[in-house]
Amino acid sequence: MIVGKRTSQDLTSKILVIGVGNMFRSDDAAGYIVAHSLNARALPETTIIEESGEGAVLMESWKDVEAVVLVDAVSSGGKPGTVHRFDAHNDVIPSRFFRYSTHAFSVAEAVELARVMKRLPSKMIIYGIEGKNFQAGVGLSPEVQQSVPTVIQSIIQDVESFTAKGSMHA
Amino acid sequence: MKNRTIKVDYLARVEGEGALFVRVKGDKVVETQLKIFEPPRFFEAFLRGRKFTEAPDITARICGICPVAYQMSSIHAMEDICGVRVEGQLRALRRLLYCGEWIESHALHIYMLHAPDFLGYQDAIQMAKDHPEEVKRGLQLKKVGNDIVNLLGGREIHPINVKVGGFYKLPTKKEMQQLAERVRGARDASLETLHWVATFSFPNFEKDYEFVALRHPTEYPFNEGRLVSNKGLDIEIRQYDDHFVEEHVSHSNALHSTLKARGSYFVGPLARYSLNFDRFPANVQEAAREAGLGPTCSNPFKGIVVRAVETLYACEEALRIINEYETPEKAALDVQPQAGIGYGCTEAPRGILYHRYRNDDKGFIHDAKIVPPTSQNQKTIESDLRDFVAGHLDDSQDQLTWKLEQSIRNYDPCISCATHFLKLDIIRE
Repeated sequence: MIVGKRTSQDLTSKILVIGVGNMFRSDDAAGYIVAHSLNARALPETTIIEESGEGAVLMESWKDVEAVVLVDAVSSGGKPGTVHRFDAHNDVIPSRFFRYSTHAFSVAEAVELARVMKRLPSKMIIYGIEGKNFQAGVGLSPEVQQSVPTVIQSIIQDVESFTAKGSMHA
Repeated sequence: MKNRTIKVDYLARVEGEGALFVRVKGDKVVETQLKIFEPPRFFEAFLRGRKFTEAPDITARICGICPVAYQMSSIHAMEDICGVRVEGQLRALRRLLYCGEWIESHALHIYMLHAPDFLGYQDAIQMAKDHPEEVKRGLQLKKVGNDIVNLLGGREIHPINVKVGGFYKLPTKKEMQQLAERVRGARDASLETLHWVATFSFPNFEKDYEFVALRHPTEYPFNEGRLVSNKGLDIEIRQYDDHFVEEHVSHSNALHSTLKARGSYFVGPLARYSLNFDRFPANVQEAAREAGLGPTCSNPFKGIVVRAVETLYACEEALRIINEYETPEKAALDVQPQAGIGYGCTEAPRGILYHRYRNDDKGFIHDAKIVPPTSQNQKTIESDLRDFVAGHLDDSQDQLTWKLEQSIRNYDPCISCATHFLKLDIIRE
């Protein structure tokens, strides 16, 4: 497993986990915190990175990998702490879902633009953790904090399913 | 007389979120308000009690689009306090880093946020279906900006390699040569971009703005210069607070900046361009003229063309710096803490970004003031929208809403620097 910023030397990883967020915007840090917590675990063939969610950078980050798991905080009006899971190949990602990014061209736009331009990885799972407070500040709301282990567990299962025999290209 | 209400909950393709409220009574626009909801002073409070060396990394977190600008304004302010001047190759590398940020930010705005308005698409995703080559070029151009920031800053978003006095780690000549290859490609792409946006149609809308930008004796400005305007302002950066004031307005949590002497003013690409056209190299001036621009530009809709000119310049300047690069002996000057007040102002992609700090003799920050470009432009944006609505009252609700959204995007407001939420309400009584 490689942690942190990928370089051209470590493109051998087939799986990329991306934690998106802003650590100074309260619950918007949820994606970062999930990625950080995953760092301590050994995931095979996996690179874990953190991004601010700028769309063009996201598209670049996944261009050479086969499978991506992306996790970000969302605001869709649901109960704080709710975990939404999308399979990018089956679901359209609602752009307003991820609008609490600081970016106008962000997660949803990157996924949809990649779909149009045929640049989606062959497997792509997106987690949205429903946030409560996106004001400037540090620290997660308790409801969001409680969801972090659930998402981590689910991501581990995703990675295991990606690496199960026959599911990845040699 | 029509009584209508237009309501749009979310204004897309603007960095961050805020709200626009327009009230029309009969045939008169009686009110325009750009509303800002976020308490803006979190970072200024967060910086108090921190070491002066932490300011670049903390302020870089304020904005994912222009972290370099925050770093640069903060390090210049800290070096001002500590009596240090960074020169030579280290200074050139800072300019190169800034080139990367301008390329990234301008390419993103031109292709992903603004071009769809001119070509009649809902967004870049729809535009990509009909114009895949253009979108690819935009992404490619933006990536080279990322590559520059990545090499010098350590990573594209929130660079961590910048420090007071210089850098933590320097690029090798080989890395710079590899970068040059990509920047040459970006230069070609930026010229194609300029030719492309020059073909768009622009509403006839010009105003007599007071433009404010940095002006340097020889360079198109990034990090240094005097603060000048086309209406007589010509001051040192440290005199900023004598001439500009931030006002609380009831409808917004952000502060509106005004010039004490004359009120609203306008910062950003149009201002920089109009005050510094003579600082472009001859080939960039020529490209701008070929794209239909004169030495000044007062039509905010043509901001997309000016951004393309600045992107071309950033590529040219990056190549010049890379070609002249010699690895400095030290990555950074030794900077000892000093007590005092320091000032920094640099040209973020969206305009001047002012920082002021007061430190003690151990280097702890006691007071911080940060004025982002978008809060400086807010009053001008409100006033422009008011004039624009007044000239388009016969438009349908949808048309007017579309045009207003486009108008707001002219300024490329980075509301995430100043705020978080943008809604659009047009009420016709």
